[in-house]
Amino acid sequence: MTRRLMEGSEAMAEAAIAAGCRFFAGYPMTPFTELLEHFAAKLPDEGGTCVNAESELEAVGMAWGACATGFRAATGSTGQGLSLMQESLSEMTRAELPLVVFNMSRGQSDYFQATRGGGHGDYRHLVLAPIDVTEAIEHVQTAFHLAEKWRNPVLIYGDYLLAHTAEAVEVAPLELDQLPETDWAVDGTRSGTGNPRNVNSIGMIPGIKGIDPETFWKRLQAKHDAIAESEARFESESTEDAEVLVVAFGSMARFARHVVRELRGEGIRVGYFRPVTLWPFPSDALRAAAEGVQRVAVLEQNAGQMIDDVRLSVLGAAPVSAIGGISSDEAGFGVGPLLDVDRIRGRVEAALETGGGER
Amino acid sequence: MSDTIRTDAPPEAAARRTGEFLPKLQLTGDHDLCPGCGEPLAVRTLLEAITDVGMTHQCVGVIGIGCYTALTSNMNVDLIQALHGRAPSLATGAKRMRPDTLFFTLQGDGDMASEGLQEVIHTAARGENVTCILINNGVFGETGGHMTATTVLGQRTKNSIEGRDADYHGYPIDMMAMLAPLGGTAYAARGTVHDAKGVARTRRMVRRAFETQLRGDGFSIVEILTMCPTGWFIPTAEGPGYLDEVLRSVHGTGEWKRDGELLTQAAVPPGDDEDLLA
Repeated sequence: MTRRLMEGSEAMAEAAIAAGCRFFAGYPMTPFTELLEHFAAKLPDEGGTCVNAESELEAVGMAWGACATGFRAATGSTGQGLSLMQESLSEMTRAELPLVVFNMSRGQSDYFQATRGGGHGDYRHLVLAPIDVTEAIEHVQTAFHLAEKWRNPVLIYGDYLLAHTAEAVEVAPLELDQLPETDWAVDGTRSGTGNPRNVNSIGMIPGIKGIDPETFWKRLQAKHDAIAESEARFESESTEDAEVLVVAFGSMARFARHVVRELRGEGIRVGYFRPVTLWPFPSDALRAAAEGVQRVAVLEQNAGQMIDDVRLSVLGAAPVSAIGGISSDEAGFGVGPLLDVDRIRGRVEAALETGGGER
Repeated sequence: MSDTIRTDAPPEAAARRTGEFLPKLQLTGDHDLCPGCGEPLAVRTLLEAITDVGMTHQCVGVIGIGCYTALTSNMNVDLIQALHGRAPSLATGAKRMRPDTLFFTLQGDGDMASEGLQEVIHTAARGENVTCILINNGVFGETGGHMTATTVLGQRTKNSIEGRDADYHGYPIDMMAMLAPLGGTAYAARGTVHDAKGVARTRRMVRRAFETQLRGDGFSIVEILTMCPTGWFIPTAEGPGYLDEVLRSVHGTGEWKRDGELLTQAAVPPGDDEDLLA
């Protein structure tokens, strides 16, 4: 393996294939399109299949079918396309299928969609938000692993920057724990044996008439509680004596981390906290990091979404304020003027000046 | 007892049941669907056709949402449960990964022609090597008898209570006329289960559809007209007659496309009836 200059889309497609992904279906949409192009180009050489679906509805359905036969499969889009997929994503969670979903979002305004979901019923998806292409290569492999480990969809939250920024990277296979062999997928060989399988989202058991929804839903709830307990990930720096703690995820965190390091270099007491998983949200770690700070400053590129989770984590221990906001280019792809070190530094400095004063 | 049944004299003993017969892919004949429902017949015919083509231990069903979903606990088949209307895309992804397995979808008219029309059209156009089975009774049976995209003009449903009126409710979709001409469709036929001949012909159609898939020739579809006396608001015993007179007059039965050749008019599948009933 050697380092190669690759845009994020290509690196993520290669990482997925390295993780054993053999099926992808998608529908073009900026800034997700290149991910589809790379899967279409690369998968056939690996014995896999990439279908150009006629809509996002069918893309997620095709990935559902591929997953149900026991193969690692993925789909993706932007938040707009994922809106169309929500019904299937919520049902696939109840069917306990290990789908990986890519959201190359237009900015960060799909945080609620990613963490709350737009589908029906009680369900949760793991969400990984890589900060750069190197981490995306790890996250994609981790996503397939976690999806299979928990038999639950996992979402990768990226954006225009992640998809289109070229970095010198190496797609090195991650060392991950061995997972038990799949014992739920259908391949047709149990047909006619009297003991077939049924991959379904309503708790149906072959040979048993009717369903028992309450027992089934409570079992899924227990699984999601266990994920919440064990899978939260975060990154933090310089939090010990910080006056202001900057919280950011994904691409915005890359700016935030740079600015915090710059200010720390000048002796300014500012800290940095990044949720690596958006769900489960690393609430305990954030509460600990926020202890003793005068202010928690939330830098996100939207009207204020993650700030809800930050407030729920900090629980009033410090004032929480937004220092990001809506910022876009003319096309609405989320490459706005806020993506600028000096501008962000200015907002962090303003938060330092305010300190614990205004709430 | 001689091998030949004499017809010139009364039988020596009254007819009696000598045993239970279930197709290999059916676990039980017991179900909770309404008396007179055509769906158990259609499903049984489908399961028999799978065994006919020798795929008893190498088949997967992708099931839609409707009354027939309750029949899946009777099926001795590996299954994937789809969302309403979405079975063709699931079958697409699954078949692409397991090309040697026989895949079929089981969908009602509400599922395939109303909610999921886009899915089945594109699956047919792509020439996916799957077989879609449409069981068409012209109503949403599970919700209690509501109008679907195939409800015929004049048919009374709970939301077309005076009968389907073209000016107000629009026209029914003829699924065969729509799907058969598509380039990716290799086999298309419409059968019925309202009488014994219909059941036998339908079994032959499903068999041909599966053979089409197994040859890798492309998309195949069999639509099966089924009785729904509950959703048609008629006495149970009148179901088969109503199907024959009302549904079948609009949704004509026969083969529409065979070996990729569009037939000018729906044809009876070749073979005489003795052969069919064998």
